[in-house]
Amino acid sequence: MFYREVGEFKTSYPHDSGSFSIRLDKYGYYFILFIAFVVIPLMINDYWASAVLVPFLVWAIASLGLNILTGHCGQISLGTGGFMAVGAYSCYKLMTSFPDLNVIFCIILSGLITAGVGILFGIPSLRIKGFYLAVATLASQFFLVWLFNRFPWFYNYSASGQISTPERSVFGILVTGPNVDPWAQYMICLLFAFGLAWGCRNLTRGSLGRKWMATRDMDIAAEIIGVNLLHAKLSAFAISSFYIGIAGALFFSVYLGAVEATEAFGINQSFLVLFMIIIGGLGSILGSFIGAAFMVLFPVLLKNILVGWWEWDAAIATHLEFISVGILIIVFLIFEPHGLAQLWRLLKQKLRLWPYPH
Amino acid sequence: MEQVELANKNDIVMDIVNVTLRFGGVKALSHVSFNIKRGEIRAIIGPNGAGKSSMLNVINGFYTPQEGEIWFEGKRRPRLKPHQIAYQRIARTFQNIALFEGMTVLDNMMTGRMIYMKSGLLSQLAWWGKAEREETENRLVVEKIIDFLEIQAIRKTPVGVLPYGLQKRVELGRALAAEPLLLLLDEPMAGMNNEEKEDMCRFILDVNEELGTTIALIEHDMGVVMDLADRVVVIDHGEKIADGQPDEVRNDQNVIDAYLGVSH
Repeated sequence: MFYREVGEFKTSYPHDSGSFSIRLDKYGYYFILFIAFVVIPLMINDYWASAVLVPFLVWAIASLGLNILTGHCGQISLGTGGFMAVGAYSCYKLMTSFPDLNVIFCIILSGLITAGVGILFGIPSLRIKGFYLAVATLASQFFLVWLFNRFPWFYNYSASGQISTPERSVFGILVTGPNVDPWAQYMICLLFAFGLAWGCRNLTRGSLGRKWMATRDMDIAAEIIGVNLLHAKLSAFAISSFYIGIAGALFFSVYLGAVEATEAFGINQSFLVLFMIIIGGLGSILGSFIGAAFMVLFPVLLKNILVGWWEWDAAIATHLEFISVGILIIVFLIFEPHGLAQLWRLLKQKLRLWPYPH
Repeated sequence: MEQVELANKNDIVMDIVNVTLRFGGVKALSHVSFNIKRGEIRAIIGPNGAGKSSMLNVINGFYTPQEGEIWFEGKRRPRLKPHQIAYQRIARTFQNIALFEGMTVLDNMMTGRMIYMKSGLLSQLAWWGKAEREETENRLVVEKIIDFLEIQAIRKTPVGVLPYGLQKRVELGRALAAEPLLLLLDEPMAGMNNEEKEDMCRFILDVNEELGTTIALIEHDMGVVMDLADRVVVIDHGEKIADGQPDEVRNDQNVIDAYLGVSH
């Protein structure tokens, strides 16, 4: 079977605006879902869950969130770490204050609380753009982390200043706490990642997504067409923060189990997510996943090869990782601003014409 | 697309009364009055810097005039933001193309139908119910405009890669997608070669005759203006110096002076 549209007759507009225009794409998508939902849970072990798969899914959700704001709506944000902290601390407070509330609801509610905080910190975007907005969101990053360290109420007056997740289960299966099974940890993150990615796709292909993209591409023309810029920008901040809040809640409750605001949600995390969407692809859902996979897998891979096989010093491997990520960011910004997702699109374009490219 | 009735051609769509616009000490428009009748093509001409684009920006709500009134569809218009004016179905194109570069032709035109999109967040999130229905209904209207402008082949092309002439056509399409009661065109022929100009003229005439859309346009190509326009208003130094049929305006001494210069 060849990879092309020939022989696929689209007879209705809903069919034509579907997500996968070529049949092979759809099969590939189902195949990946099958692997993700069936094969991996059967084969997963503790190392793969905690070193690769769970962080990958959590960061993918955070990237989806930032991509809505930066990739689709064109508003740059360096407050991702701070918003993740809001998600984590809301989740902690909800879990400890309402022990009977299902942890799924706790996580979703944390997302909603973060959305509210996101709207608050998005208000400056109505007046300022670009670098100035980045600086304003940077302020939110430092303010939020300071807030969670400064007031002991947020960490329930624990002596260490850390928050640690209580054990909670969904349908009798333990999903948080130190004794959780790797597959349960993985599945809950996967369900959130899948649901949120699907929602993101729907939002960005509909009128709200067009509103965001219009604001990004040409705000004056958007206004003339009837886009209320206030509404467009604040809704992007809200929904993006909702995603990032959920990522923060999962990061804390399912992945790490115990965190401290300065260490877990510092400015480094904000940059990490920004790098993910730049390398993965701005304004692309696939790009969010590729970028997260790249930034999570790359250090693991580098460490395994340099330290594990060649027996280099671990410190050198870490430095080398920083250097190569830095170089890659520059290379992508110059040569392929749309990231790895664009390379994938180009490859598919080539594949459509293969084997007769002229 | 909705057909505006041509029967009452003398009915006035927009009446601009005594509009004065100042930027600090600079007067961009002073006491300009003219009207636009339903179904006509109204040209606004004048030398560079005369205040033509400022006039469109006032109609659009980008600028708020210090004095004067704007009557639209028989009602005096209060001070509105540009996105609110869009809901009164006034659409426009720009002198420098202002398309959404990262989006396809289809998406650009679908964005043009923003004012008709009313589905809620949850419906859009799930792509269920109103959001999906709305998408299909609006797609139908957009496809008719795509047919009308003969751009079927580039429907799914990102607009950034299109040649200039086509981009201008897509921009016209995006404005038409709003099914405007009043369509404002800011130099639709700027920077085009003769063939592209002829195409664009034909589309403007077709829009006016087949869809019955009222059009106000700014244009520098006098040949085009004299052929297309039903009535012409001439602005110079922010003041109206002539108003009438193309032939009258062409022979008006003030207009000739404004364009050719006169020794004082």
